[in-house]
Amino acid sequence: MIWTIAQRDLQSLFFSPLAWIILAMSQVILAYLFIHQLNQFLDLQAQFGAMQNAPGATEMVAMPTLANIAIILLLITPLLTMRLISDERRQHTLSLLFSAPVSMSEIILGKYLSMLLFMLLVISLFSLMPLSLLIGGRLDFGLFASGLLGLLLLLASFSAAGLYASCLTEQPAVAAVISFGFLIILWLGDWAVQTDNTLASLFAYISLLTHYEPLLQGQINSADLFYYLLFSLTFLVLSIRRLDADRLQH
Amino acid sequence: MKNDALIELHQVSRFYNQQAAVDSISFSVKRGEVVGFLGPNGAGKSTTMKMITGNLAPTNGRIIVNGIDLLDQPKQAKLNLGYLPEQPPLYPEQSVDEYLLYCARLNRIPQNKLLEAIYRAKERCGLDHVGTRLIGNLSKGFQQRVGIAQAIIHAPDVVILDEPTVGLDPIQIREIRALIRELGDDHSVILSTHILPEVQSICDRVLIIHQGKIIFDDAVQQLSDKMQISEIMLGCETFVDENMLRAVDGVIDIEVLNSNQTCIRFHADHNPATAIARLAVENHWGLYQLCPQGLSLEEIFIQLTDEQNIETEAKSI
Repeated sequence: MIWTIAQRDLQSLFFSPLAWIILAMSQVILAYLFIHQLNQFLDLQAQFGAMQNAPGATEMVAMPTLANIAIILLLITPLLTMRLISDERRQHTLSLLFSAPVSMSEIILGKYLSMLLFMLLVISLFSLMPLSLLIGGRLDFGLFASGLLGLLLLLASFSAAGLYASCLTEQPAVAAVISFGFLIILWLGDWAVQTDNTLASLFAYISLLTHYEPLLQGQINSADLFYYLLFSLTFLVLSIRRLDADRLQH
Repeated sequence: MKNDALIELHQVSRFYNQQAAVDSISFSVKRGEVVGFLGPNGAGKSTTMKMITGNLAPTNGRIIVNGIDLLDQPKQAKLNLGYLPEQPPLYPEQSVDEYLLYCARLNRIPQNKLLEAIYRAKERCGLDHVGTRLIGNLSKGFQQRVGIAQAIIHAPDVVILDEPTVGLDPIQIREIRALIRELGDDHSVILSTHILPEVQSICDRVLIIHQGKIIFDDAVQQLSDKMQISEIMLGCETFVDENMLRAVDGVIDIEVLNSNQTCIRFHADHNPATAIARLAVENHWGLYQLCPQGLSLEEIFIQLTDEQNIETEAKSI
């Protein structure tokens, strides 16, 4: 059932030009950032030659690119998630799901799965560019995989938050603004890292990107993994409850 | 027999804030029955239908579908339900086939019976030739049919249709009505409408709902009896004598519409037509028209709600 819903959602995402344009535009932006990193790396190549344990292409090109991708996707995810529930509500198609023998959890999980599959596609497209470095050099696959895992977890969290925002309203644009604002606030929490005020450090701890950094450096901490899983789970549960509330008193 | 009732509602209410949209209604629908749900706008028809199909949770009361409690076991209960909301739940970017495939899967039709179910639903709703067309490009009538196809694709015991003929042209209305009649052969159908002739032509039973309460629940025949000609249009070439008409047994009221036509109201069980005809002939009024008039739905409502008010007043005294 979950798969049926996910399949239809993914299909309708690709029927609209939105998905294609988002994929195309983000690839263009990414290509620019990638070239920029690569040039920087080549400029520093001469100095690295003299160093022992000099950083390789993975640290210097692939990882910074993954860091940049995270920011770009933070801006893009709300546009992808905004329609998940709100559009069904607006088109009155939600009653099709409500009157079918499908539970609320299955509806939400189906929607979420469709988003995750799309994100997997995005990540695999993005990883092609760093992989192209293999033509002329070598990559640290362990480090790269850890970075990709981080990106996937990050996107899973973005999607869960976006899905919840989409449950809140009937207008896709409103849903986009809500998840946009929310994700940006969590991103800003990352900036508080520099100060050592307790509140600020708590704020920094909640930040989605703080937990992304270690993964980019190749450290897989269970604390970071649990953080992302809990984050996603929380918003999924909230979404299920919010959708169920549609049937209840208001 | 208990299994006979496919849908049972027990004291079901739904409140919006303090306002009762549906106020503790109870009724049951038997297998193979076509029930017309009649009422003015805002009477609570759609709310009731949404509750039966699980789109709204009742504030209190119990809904039982084919012996299964809808609130306790929603998944099992919904397997027996097909629902067409006021606005058909269609995805305009999908083709009819894709859409029906999705609906069939949602309703848990086994993989090896999917194609057959889609084929049958399309055949019954006259969608054979539009399978590959996008739903967004279809006319309103065809979209409505796709909506009905969606509701019957899993051959549910109960089909619930919310105003299925609104916004269609007369030919489409006739086709959809024929389709609903056909559905009545092997499904129980509940349909809501505010068009009286529609109920008379396709339903076995009528439920009239007004301000969230059921004020009439009986066979269509009973409704017809209730509204049996209680007005006669009298047309005469010369001016008629009102007082003579008033004196006729059974006449309640007379309204002179113009110099030729007079509207006569009377008790349903006291038809004065013969007496009036005799009077007209004896007095040489030049009778050319004596035409029984059916009551409009509006008048039935007024009549029924008046009765209701009188009953409640009587109870309170």
